[in-house]
Order: sequence, then C-alpha cells, then structure tokens
Amino acid sequence: MSTSPAFTASPFVGKTFGITVAKLTKKFGRTTVLRDIDLEVKPGEIFCIMGPSGSGKTVLLKHIAGLETATSGEVRIGEYDAADPETRNKVHLALVFQAGALFNSLSVYDNLALYPREHRECNEAGIRERVMHALSILSLEKAANKFPSDLSGGMKKRVAIARALVMEPQLLLYDEPTSELDPVMSATLTEIIATLREQTAVTSVVVTHDRDLAFAIADRMAFVMDGRILGVGRPADFKNPTDPVIANFLNPVIDLKNPRFKQLENSHE
Amino acid sequence: MNHLSAIVGHIGGTLLLLVRTLKFIGTLPRQWARFIEQCYLIGYTSLPIVTILSFFIGSVLALQSGYSMENFGAKQFIGTLVGLTMARELGPVMVAILIAGRVGSAITAELASMKVYQEIDALTTMNIPPERMLVLPRLAAITVMMPVLAIIANLCGWYGGALVCEYTHTISVDSEAYFTALKEYMKPHDVTDGLIKAEVFGFVIVLVCCYIGLNTRGGPREIGASVTKAVVSSLILILVLDYFVTKALLMS
Repeated sequence: MSTSPAFTASPFVGKTFGITVAKLTKKFGRTTVLRDIDLEVKPGEIFCIMGPSGSGKTVLLKHIAGLETATSGEVRIGEYDAADPETRNKVHLALVFQAGALFNSLSVYDNLALYPREHRECNEAGIRERVMHALSILSLEKAANKFPSDLSGGMKKRVAIARALVMEPQLLLYDEPTSELDPVMSATLTEIIATLREQTAVTSVVVTHDRDLAFAIADRMAFVMDGRILGVGRPADFKNPTDPVIANFLNPVIDLKNPRFKQLENSHE
Repeated sequence: MNHLSAIVGHIGGTLLLLVRTLKFIGTLPRQWARFIEQCYLIGYTSLPIVTILSFFIGSVLALQSGYSMENFGAKQFIGTLVGLTMARELGPVMVAILIAGRVGSAITAELASMKVYQEIDALTTMNIPPERMLVLPRLAAITVMMPVLAIIANLCGWYGGALVCEYTHTISVDSEAYFTALKEYMKPHDVTDGLIKAEVFGFVIVLVCCYIGLNTRGGPREIGASVTKAVVSSLILILVLDYFVTKALLMS
C-alpha cells in the first residue's frame, strides 16, 4: 500500500492534533456516566480506551467527537474546544461508528463521495480518485455500487473506515472497530488501523474491549471502569496489572465449577 | 406545569431549527437535485390522492348543499358555495391533512431512523449540518408544491361539484349555471387566501415533522412513537392555525 497523491493534496494532511480531557464529568439525568476524567492523547499516537460494556467509553469518545456536551470539565483538540461546532472547520475529525452509521439510502460510492461533494473539495473526477483510492485500501472496489443493506457486518465496518479516510482526517476515532467480527476480520481491521497511522500519522483513539486489538496497536492505553479512569500507560504496563479489576478484565478465568453468574446470583440473595 | 414547559421547549426548538435552516438558504441552488427529488416525493406522488379526495369532497359538498338549498330555492348558488368552500377552507385544509398523514409521517420516519441509527451523528462529525442537507430541501419543496396541490384540489373539487349538479336529478343545475354562480360571487382574493393558508399549513407540517424526527432518542420503537407524535401534532396545528390564519386574512 502506498500513499496516493489524492491524500496528500489536502492542506490538512500532515498536521495532527493531540487531545486533552480535563475534569470531564457527564450526567444523564441522575446517572453519572463519566466522573472527573483527565486524559491526554499525544499527536500521532494510537490511544486505546479499554473497559467493560457500560463503563462510559463510547460517551467519552462522543465528547471527543463533539457529539455530547459535558456536564462539567472540557475536551480540547489541540487548542480548540471539542464541543464548539466551529472546531470541525479547523480539525478534520472522523468517527468510525460501532454499527458503521452508513447512509442507507446511498450506495457505497455515494457514502464515500458525500463528504468531498458537500465541502466542494474537488471536482467529480477528483472525488472519484479519492473514493476509489480509499476503497482500494480497504479492498472494497467491487462493493462500490452496492447499498449498505447488501453488505455484511465486516464490510460495513470497512466501508465506514473508507468513508473516514476520504475525509483525510487528522484525528480518527474508532468505536469498537472489531466488535461482532470474526477473528480473521478482527485481525485485518487491526492491521488496517495500524497501517493507516503509519501512512498518515493520524492521531487515533480506539474504544474497544478487544484486548488483542489494544495490545497489538496501542502506543498507550487507558482503562475505564464505572466512568473513572483506573489506569493509563503503555501496553507493557498492563501485561501484569496489579489492580484486581483490570487483571480480571484482561485475564478472565473461566471456572465451570464455580461460574460467575452463580456468584452474582448468590450475591443478590 | 411539566407539560407546559415541554410544549414551550418544543416550540423554541422548532423555531431554532427554522432559524438554523434559513441560515443555509444560500446553498439551495447547489442542492437542486435534492430539491427536485423532494418536489417529486412531496408533490408529484401526492397528486393522485389529492385529486381523488378533492373531487369527492366537491361532489359531496354539492350533493349536501343541493339537498338543503332546494328548500330555500337557492339551488342556483350551489356553484358559489362549493367554489368558496373549496377555495377558502376545504381545499387547503384537506390537502394539509393529507400531506401530514402521507408526507409528514414519511419525513419523521426517515429522519428518526437516521437519528436512531446514528446517521445524523455521522453527518455532524462530517461537518455537514443536517439542517442544510435534510431540512432545507424539504422546506423549499413544500413551499413550492403546496400551492400547486391546493390549486389542483380546488379545480378537482369544483369540477366534482359541477358533475354532481349536472347529473343528479334532484339538483339539476347545469354546468354553465354552476360556473357562472361560482365566478360571479368569488373574488381573486378568495383563492389567494386559500393558497396562503395552504402554504402556512404545509410549511408548519414539514418543519414540525423534521423537528420531531431529528429529536428522536432511543431505539426503533421510538421511531414509531415519533411518527405518531408528528402526525397528531400536525393535525392539531392545522386546525388551530386554520382559525387564526383565517381570522387574520379576513381582517386584512
């Protein structure tokens, strides 16, 4: 894979941004989902946010993407406030949604072409070049004329990544990129995420509970539990975690004689 | 009190959506394809049902008025009654009710489904305002199509009435007398008042349906709930606005 001129034409490419999360708290009604989160993502690094389901990872990612407003605290992308809609004019940010969030009424090609068309970044020939290049990186050329409803879960995720690539992002956010995928497709997507960072030096934040993915690609990672950060460090720091909650999440022991759900039942009695 | 504050909040939200949408009005020429598509969906595909419905409304109006006006010896004014009622009231109101049920529900279902399945979030992260891409073409299309539909409804209603008057033995008013009465006592502003009402109804229906669709939260079940809410709100608004707009037009 080589970087096409179509991706280097944008003035945004080459400029990457770090992220600073300071004292971020989010409440939905009476439920506190994020509590006093402090985090720093350096420009150009792959940062994985790990944690069990319902721990607040996706809500944190949505704050970085500017899709949620903080109850208190702030998120900054470089020097810009992530919650300010104007920031999107200054930072090319792309989010790969867990379910793809492809536009069902548009073909795969039109899904990818929507961004450059709406922002009038180039003529139709230039758009075609960018779209076909992004599709070729993800080996999706044959799917260009298909509609999202005709695609498998893995293909939808690849199309979602291709759509993000067409935006020539400086900040690429992934929400559970390997969930619902078979091991081979998970490995493929893991390689794609790592390769993209190598090629474009894009700052990448990956929300996942797939430890294989996180350990394979992360420069640094954070562990979130009940809306709090339990630990931040390099993958090597999490190989033998001292925190029992992190250790239990990363290395769960399957005990058929004393199953977990039975323990939970007993604790409720 | 909670209901009242919720209603005030929704009115504020709808007006805010309108302001945000109008901000992008300059982008309409380059959204030509979307505008034409919406004109087709809102206008052209509603045409058969508008035609049939208004034809029979005009027919029933002639039938009922023929039956009652015979007692007063005023059959020669059936044309005036059908003409005025269709142009000033039933034409715009029935078209608006039809648009609320047929087009408004479809708009809310589409936008609510886009919201639930995160397509609206995807647009936001792509820095493509949903107001520009989704709301503006629909509002522009209804603004153009609603008077057209109302004129067609009026014509169909008038001709439906004429046919009934001509071929119903108990009425027996020929078409010439019917249309003479219709023209004699109707003024141009009777028609334009009706078109203004249709315009207001159509605009409000589409705006409210877009607002409800874009503010859907939850899962697939909420899509159905939003559609019901949009249609019920539209119907209430049509009838409430009908009174106030009619009063304003009569006073002017």
